[in-house]
Amino acid sequence: MQNFKRKKPSDIILFALTWLSIGITAAVLVLVVGYVLINGIPFIRPSLFAREFTTQNQSLFPALIGTLMIVGLSLILAVPLGVFSAIYLVEYAKRGSRFVAIVRLTTETLAGIPSIVYGLFGFIFFGVFLGWGLSLMSGSFTTSIMILPLIMRTTEESLKSVPDTYREGSFGLGAGRLRTVMRIILPAATPGILAGVILAIGRIIGETAAIIFTLGNVARMPNNLFDTGRTLSAHMYALANEGTHPGEAHATAAVLLIVVILINALSSWIARFIRKES
Amino acid sequence: MGKHSLVFYKELAAKILFILSASAAIIAVGLICVFLFMQGLPAMWDMGVIRFLTGTDWRPTWNPPAFGILPMIVGSIYVTVGAILFGVPIGIFAAVFMAKFCPAPIYKILKPAINLLAGIPSVVYGYFGMVVLVPFVRQTFGGSGNSILTASILLGMMILPTIITISESAIRAIPGEIYEGAIALGASHENASYRVVLPAAKSGVMASVILGIGRAVGETMAVRMVAGNQAVLRMPHEFLMGTRTLTANVVIELGYAYGNHRAALVATGVVLFIFVMIINALFSLLKKKEGI
Repeated sequence: MQNFKRKKPSDIILFALTWLSIGITAAVLVLVVGYVLINGIPFIRPSLFAREFTTQNQSLFPALIGTLMIVGLSLILAVPLGVFSAIYLVEYAKRGSRFVAIVRLTTETLAGIPSIVYGLFGFIFFGVFLGWGLSLMSGSFTTSIMILPLIMRTTEESLKSVPDTYREGSFGLGAGRLRTVMRIILPAATPGILAGVILAIGRIIGETAAIIFTLGNVARMPNNLFDTGRTLSAHMYALANEGTHPGEAHATAAVLLIVVILINALSSWIARFIRKES
Repeated sequence: MGKHSLVFYKELAAKILFILSASAAIIAVGLICVFLFMQGLPAMWDMGVIRFLTGTDWRPTWNPPAFGILPMIVGSIYVTVGAILFGVPIGIFAAVFMAKFCPAPIYKILKPAINLLAGIPSVVYGYFGMVVLVPFVRQTFGGSGNSILTASILLGMMILPTIITISESAIRAIPGEIYEGAIALGASHENASYRVVLPAAKSGVMASVILGIGRAVGETMAVRMVAGNQAVLRMPHEFLMGTRTLTANVVIELGYAYGNHRAALVATGVVLFIFVMIINALFSLLKKKEGI
């Protein structure tokens, strides 16, 4: 079909610009990922994972544990809240209800707030007003608010994708609404919810601005819920700013990037799994 | 109490639990607004709203201290405009590629690649900017390399996935008959894609640009790591000099600020918050119009 039409110069220019732009986009990815991995991987040594952080050995291990703690606590808070509110919105709420409209508006608002504003809020509310200071509590409460809209949205989408015949079948067999939701709808929607949770984990791991003013940025493992610490991203930020340990900074950037790549791969693998199922 | 009533109470309790959960987002937004405004607005009022917004001196250590955030407002505008100049044209062309030009095997690689680009933490972008872009700008254009230009390039890279993903879905939402009609009338593939389909997806593409602007205005760590951060009012031709954004102002000083100084930083956050809310409202309006 292309053969029947002669290309005009403007077509050739548009064609070139299109390929150039996607080329630049691909080059950006290759450059960032390639640079960080190639320069970082040679510096990944066992000492980087030593139990203690010292001025001689800038171990990322305490930050890794801090990250796991923040991710875990934040999911404990946000996943039930997010899933339950999505259940309400999809399975219970009446169409066009005013309450639903406000929930949607505030959820969209939460999704758009920049992370530094979350950091500022977490600092003055959890840290100062509630007196939690720089701690796991302040940090995980702040990040749980940040991921709430993401979990709500992905859960809503997966609940909506469960066919109505499931609901009708369950009601027809005499099950109540709660039983239908918990035993029939939720299990069917689990993979989609899981994909959203994994995206949320990636979001928390990548977060820095909100973390350093709520969890803090101290290179040790938190001893209890009201103790300070740091996450991998905050550790990366500190290393980059100090600039005294370039090798460790390269290596930490590479570790952080590898974690993000794995999380992305896992999330899209689950998404593919869902598509195959349906 | 019969079996029936037990089920009834269980249902009722669950429903209440779900409603309470759904209120979490409302409560969170309420708390954020109340606490930011409660601490930021009185401070802004005391300093004089006009003097705070248009003052060109940010000297928290002076006696008396000066809290003028005009340099930071202008700084945020510069790096955002710069990011748009770099990111929007490339992003839109790339989106058309993804929707209309991309061979299926390449799409399978590019789609997750663009998702990954969106998932890279901003501190990693910032680090890349520090060790690659800053020296590159210093050697190519002169200056220290920590500049408005460097921050603009880095932000342009960071908003690419936002613009590509949303524009692509807006373009895909245009019915195939529109493209086929153009082809049937003798338009070339390029012509049909760019002169017929892309204009039809106009408001979705605009929405992607606005969301990109929101990302750029709100970006903190990456900008703070490459922009130089001088709280000095810059002119547009000084794009090789450093600047400080609203976000960087908060992240640099919040850790050690007390009293008036901390209040002025919260007020900076309030200004940022209001900017971003306006941008988001525009985005929702366009999204509603497009139906994506």
